[in-house]
Amino acid sequence: MPPLDIKLPNPVRSAFESPLRDDTVTVNIGPSHPATHGTVQIIAELDGERVLRTDVHCGYLHRGFEKECESHTWHNLIPYVDRLNYVSALINDFAYCEAVEKLMGIEITPRCRYLRTLLSEYSRVVDHLTCIAAGLMELGAMTAFLYLVMVRDYMYEHLADLTGARVTYTYGRIGGLARELPDGWLGRLGDILDKYEVFVARVHGLMDRNRIFIDRMRNVGVISTADAINWGYTGPILRSTGAPRDLRRDTPYLAYAELDFEVSVGINGDNYDRYYVRMREMDESVHMIRQLTDALPDGPINVDDRRCTFPEKHLVYTEIESLINHFKLVMDGPQVPAGDVYSAHESPNGELGFYIVSTGEGIPHKVHARAPSFVHMGGVHKMLDGYQLADIVPTFGSVNMIGGECDR
Amino acid sequence: MTTAPTQELLKERLAPAASEVSTAHGVLVIALPAASLLEVVQKLRTEFLFDLFLDVTAVDWLGQTPRFEVVHHFYSTHHHLRVRLKTRVTEQDPTVDSLVSLYGSARFMERECHDMYGIAFRGNPDLRPILLYEGFEGHPLRKDYPKEREQPLVPYRK
Amino acid sequence: MPSPTIPIRPATARTQAFEYLTTKKDELVGWARKFSLFPYPFVTACCAMEFMAVSSSPYDTDRFGAALPRFSPRQADLLMVVGTVTHKQAPVLLKVYEQMCEPKWVMAFGVCATSGGFYQNYATVLGIDKIIPVDVYIPGCPPRPEMVIDGIMQLQDKIARSRHPILTRDF
Repeated sequence: MPPLDIKLPNPVRSAFESPLRDDTVTVNIGPSHPATHGTVQIIAELDGERVLRTDVHCGYLHRGFEKECESHTWHNLIPYVDRLNYVSALINDFAYCEAVEKLMGIEITPRCRYLRTLLSEYSRVVDHLTCIAAGLMELGAMTAFLYLVMVRDYMYEHLADLTGARVTYTYGRIGGLARELPDGWLGRLGDILDKYEVFVARVHGLMDRNRIFIDRMRNVGVISTADAINWGYTGPILRSTGAPRDLRRDTPYLAYAELDFEVSVGINGDNYDRYYVRMREMDESVHMIRQLTDALPDGPINVDDRRCTFPEKHLVYTEIESLINHFKLVMDGPQVPAGDVYSAHESPNGELGFYIVSTGEGIPHKVHARAPSFVHMGGVHKMLDGYQLADIVPTFGSVNMIGGECDR
Repeated sequence: MTTAPTQELLKERLAPAASEVSTAHGVLVIALPAASLLEVVQKLRTEFLFDLFLDVTAVDWLGQTPRFEVVHHFYSTHHHLRVRLKTRVTEQDPTVDSLVSLYGSARFMERECHDMYGIAFRGNPDLRPILLYEGFEGHPLRKDYPKEREQPLVPYRK
Repeated sequence: MPSPTIPIRPATARTQAFEYLTTKKDELVGWARKFSLFPYPFVTACCAMEFMAVSSSPYDTDRFGAALPRFSPRQADLLMVVGTVTHKQAPVLLKVYEQMCEPKWVMAFGVCATSGGFYQNYATVLGIDKIIPVDVYIPGCPPRPEMVIDGIMQLQDKIARSRHPILTRDF
């Protein structure tokens, strides 16, 4: 190919008009960088190896989620919702479905409630595994990465048995779930959780008391509770500062009020605390999954409400009312009454909220996702400034910025 | 430790700045004119301890005047309650006060709202495009922006 | 990578011998290049999860020689565009592609890189072949690791079949 004869435009404008001092260097990290977890650009001004100030640019994965949602029916946009926080896709599904169900005034069946809780916790484990595995790999601990990704792979295959896909499932439906659990799914779940415990014990043994790991992560990327709340942090990052704020405990939703679990908190708000809070949260999630598996009630998955639930196929082929109902649901979408609602779930990154506005049609007027990663990006400079350049990598890894959620 | 805010308490304390207080699906909703936004938020923060600023976004009611409805969400980590603030701004002057002086997280969220809808936040020093790029014209989430209109930065190959 | 053309001339004993040498040389160089791919994972979105899965056990890409990622474009020869490329990201992608040295191949990993996926709106590039030439397309949202391995094997077949001029334009 002949050399490029156009000047490539710069899609961002830096906040730093001029350097602070004469002897500082401004360095551009990203947006195509192994450790920026996707596409984030950090323009850092350095004094030697020490970071003086950073300017974080996200938006390189802005895929027009809200605009797409405004031209699809309430059901058809569930795949878009999935791909927000793509490491824990089921939680996005259920948070969105719950928002629409609130607006429609639907109450889901007990079995669906328990299953959604179980799958939310399962997705939380998958997310934390990915975050910790990627973070450890960037520090050089390749073995821990391989162990954790092995467990994650078992979970992906297991979820593929249930939903048909490994990473982004589109399993939630308004009023219920897509399909019932296959036979033997819960038994295999027990096996996977046992394997999880074996692998995570190994990672604990490799990492927790490792001198190098502690030196790199302790007292690095520290943020105080007041700063965290001011800059909008929720989720494991806020909990690592010592504040026991968890939506599952504070404003229980789904089946969390009936479960027995602890909210893990950290001490300093540094990288090591965030790592450990996530490891403990995974253990708590596994404990919750075991409780839910024992207490899972029987019954239907989908609520029996013809405004949103598709009728049985054999009825669609024989009765005219079911045929018309099915047709209307597919072509026009479920008719959601006019109004607006904000409904939030505790995603592995923090508070994932959906603000949806309906004008009474089958197509939403607005679907806005309150993405925790986006808000966290606004405050991440508090954790990066003042530390070394090499600390940007583990700190950024511990924030767990997911591009699909941050940029929507 | 302040008392938990109920609908009546909020109506009493925030009047006359707030025009109406209601509850919708478990969230307290306050409708207010754009001019009293900063004052109401300050009161919510200091008196009722709504310390976590969750979200600011806008809704485009094309065809109505005023056209845009700016929606703020706050959460109180003490009372475990949410509140929604709604204010309307016109198309000719879509300006609202910025909350950067009260909450650090307002910086990025207001940038996004400005990017997508064109709402100007008076007092936010940094309204550069955040989700879109330099050179993008228009505000894509407005209802009169066609979904498929692309503005490529790099020329396409033949 | 556009393969340079060998002009068609009437065959003589001397040119036939030359072409035999060229073919054998191409087979040898092709064999070496296909089993030592250095990918540059240009990772953006959800397909990154499957990229991580396919790089580690049990769907190891190390078996194909394509495991070691090189995060400098100068040192890489396979540009794996993993995930959606938006218009904001497009100049970055083009810059990285231009910085890579010949021979280089491009793999469009996932349906968003292939054709824009189901994001048909103002923000996404509807397929990276609008910006850079692509050798292998791997559809899927995200593709299963077996599909990725199949794509790598097809790319290896393509590399084995193609011409590899190393000394001059033709040889």
